[in-house]
Amino acid sequence: MVDIGTVEVIPPAEVEDVELYHPKSWVTKYVFCQDAKVIAIQYSITAISIGLVALVLSWFIRLQLAFPGTFSFITPSNYYQFITMHGMIMVIYLLTALFLGGFGNYLIPLMVGARDMVFPYVNMLSFWVYFLAVLVLVASFFAPGGPTGAGWTLYPPQAILAGTPGQDWGIILMLASLILFIIGFTMGGLNYVVTVLQGRTRGMTMMRLPLTVWGIFTATILALLAFPALFVASVMMLLDRVLGTSFFMPAIVQAGEHLKYGGGSPILFQHLFWFFGHPEVYIVALPAFGIVSDLISTHARKNIFGYRMMVWALVAIAVLSFIVWGHHMYISGMNPPFGFFFATSTLIIAIPTAIKVYNWVLTLWRGDIHLTVPMLFALGFIVTFVNGGITGLFLGNVIVDVPLSATMFVVAHFHMVMGIAPILVVFGGIYHWYPKITGRMWNERLGQFHFWVTFLGAYLIYFPMHYLGFIGVPRRYYELGETAFVPPSAGTLNVFITAAALIVGAAQMVFFFNLIWSLFKGKRAGGNPWRATTLEWQTPQTPPGHGNWGKELPIVYRWAYDYSVPGAEQDFLPQNQPPAKRMPVAAPS
Amino acid sequence: MNITFIFLAVVAAIVAWWLSQQRITAKPWLEAGSIVDTGASSRPAAKIGLGLFLVIVGSLFALLISAYSMRMDMGEWRPAPVPKLLWLNTGVLISSSGALQWAQIAARRGKMDGVRAGLLAGGVFALAFLAGQLWAWRQLDAAGYYLTANPAAAFFYLITGVHGLHLLGGLVALGRTMDKAWRAVTAGELRLSVELCAMYWHFLLLVWLIFFGLLLLTDPIVSDSGLVSLICRIL
Repeated sequence: MVDIGTVEVIPPAEVEDVELYHPKSWVTKYVFCQDAKVIAIQYSITAISIGLVALVLSWFIRLQLAFPGTFSFITPSNYYQFITMHGMIMVIYLLTALFLGGFGNYLIPLMVGARDMVFPYVNMLSFWVYFLAVLVLVASFFAPGGPTGAGWTLYPPQAILAGTPGQDWGIILMLASLILFIIGFTMGGLNYVVTVLQGRTRGMTMMRLPLTVWGIFTATILALLAFPALFVASVMMLLDRVLGTSFFMPAIVQAGEHLKYGGGSPILFQHLFWFFGHPEVYIVALPAFGIVSDLISTHARKNIFGYRMMVWALVAIAVLSFIVWGHHMYISGMNPPFGFFFATSTLIIAIPTAIKVYNWVLTLWRGDIHLTVPMLFALGFIVTFVNGGITGLFLGNVIVDVPLSATMFVVAHFHMVMGIAPILVVFGGIYHWYPKITGRMWNERLGQFHFWVTFLGAYLIYFPMHYLGFIGVPRRYYELGETAFVPPSAGTLNVFITAAALIVGAAQMVFFFNLIWSLFKGKRAGGNPWRATTLEWQTPQTPPGHGNWGKELPIVYRWAYDYSVPGAEQDFLPQNQPPAKRMPVAAPS
Repeated sequence: MNITFIFLAVVAAIVAWWLSQQRITAKPWLEAGSIVDTGASSRPAAKIGLGLFLVIVGSLFALLISAYSMRMDMGEWRPAPVPKLLWLNTGVLISSSGALQWAQIAARRGKMDGVRAGLLAGGVFALAFLAGQLWAWRQLDAAGYYLTANPAAAFFYLITGVHGLHLLGGLVALGRTMDKAWRAVTAGELRLSVELCAMYWHFLLLVWLIFFGLLLLTDPIVSDSGLVSLICRIL
């Protein structure tokens, strides 16, 4: 099988070099480009731009909650449209696209030591189909009746019935956009997986891959298997809406009139949606897990604790995420044994997840911790993820979920665990790899300011929200009005949360200013400012040129975490550094 | 969701087998040095890519068929009749797959004439299958089972439609392969393309056979026997 034993440097030869596509004009170099690095930037800019739209929408939501009835442009219909588009954009068009399309495209070829993705043309198509999906989504804002206001879960029958905002065009454009997104993602996902499988350079075994690649790889497989469920659900609902089939539509009498529908099942949609929806949480979380592992190891100058366990835990979480979707449907009503099954499987996920958290903490233990900006974000992630995860343990139980499910507690939970936590990693990752992508270093002070405002601000927003949920403040409501069980102080708390949300949102401008300003005025970063071991920091040029590597592909001799190596010249050994000659090598156990 | 779970179990088994080949119990921190075998497959990337794509398409069809069978159990289910024409269509699709298999064998043996004949026959049979499916749609429609008539009919149109679209997409790839086949001089240049087409066709045939089998099992006329209803209950 695997032959280990000699430590001689492998002579650079016999690596079959791929034929690279060479751009011939400005258009093929920057617009219809097949270079994964350019595609990554395109994906990231598009995702972040549409994400900013969703951020503004969240401000509108918060303004309405704090000052109900004050703003004339926030009608009940608009409010539901804002909620729907905020959720949909953040989860799918921002986080999924940014982690897999952005980080995946940039990092996979570089980290595995490839010149590019294996199918560059399909990769280019992937971005442009995604871009089209975003355009269709944006178009729904301008369509007659506006975007859909069905909630990001788009539950039928209300999603396509009159009375729901955006029933004319919004819902059709939304479903069309999702279908396009999934087609585009599938094209990209094929690339990410096959590149990891087949594009690895010599010496790069799976168990030598950085955990970032493992995280993105596992998440992509999850996404490729789970997105078809959303695809099926979207196609079926589109047929219900446009052609009048009744896949999800039961017989309905509306305003005294018998609608043409009959014989469909709304619960069927919920099963399909959450069969996609729960893995989606891990599609966003697993890349974050991977990236955070690398940030912590690099900035604490210590090898990752329990590398194998980290890999196994990723795989275990991926497998388990397919059998827990029912915990989103407790209040839809279900057979008690099913509830028991889903609650148990949900709680079991805590085990591999806890393994990862322990391993991050144990990596920090007695490490040489550098509180750089990427490290601050990584640490912020651990704390936030644990917080959000623990409320998840509450909600995983049927009897706790039933009273809390329709309250602000759930809003606080999922924003902590799959909103704030992954976004902190996105920031950490951008700060970490920015010097490689641009060749320049950002401003440290502004970065620290950005971290503290975002991190503390997120807690000011979401911690009080848990209490609102406990006292029974419902989510999704446009206005509470006079409610006996909600004390007036809840209104004051809402004003506080809104103030925090406005400040945190505005503070993100500092981040964008820092990135753009540093692009022109930042200090030259050099090839490897973090003294990191992984291959992307060992490229001959910074930013990496077309084809990533020089004449020869790198050869990998060791795993990705040789930090603080005793007796080493520096305190780390890059993955492509050959071992000292004639050193005995441990036989594989 | 049982069909989806069976599908996922098969995928999980493949992943487990693959992981077992990747030395996931290795201790990479102890293994500085050269490792010659990275665990990558010796097959071409295009083949791995198509295999992965088929897993995704498989997931799509498993979910569609799962939704269909779940809906069946939810009460108020009135099945649609199975057009007899589907038997003929099944035969045509098998012939199409067989022709491409023949082309594949010819490509391996280096016989260009066989490759061309196989590809052409495969394409013609596939077009005939699509025409037959459209004809079956018309028959159902004429019998009063139009798209919006009831969920069983809607599922039939949806699943056959999605299957047909995938075959249509395959025909584009087959057309490009045929274009190459009439230009290329040696069968060696064509071998990979022909193999990919054959793989895709066999897969779509398998999907069709599973769906057609399910249709027959749940047909009220056929499913009177005890064994059939037992299988239905399991699925």
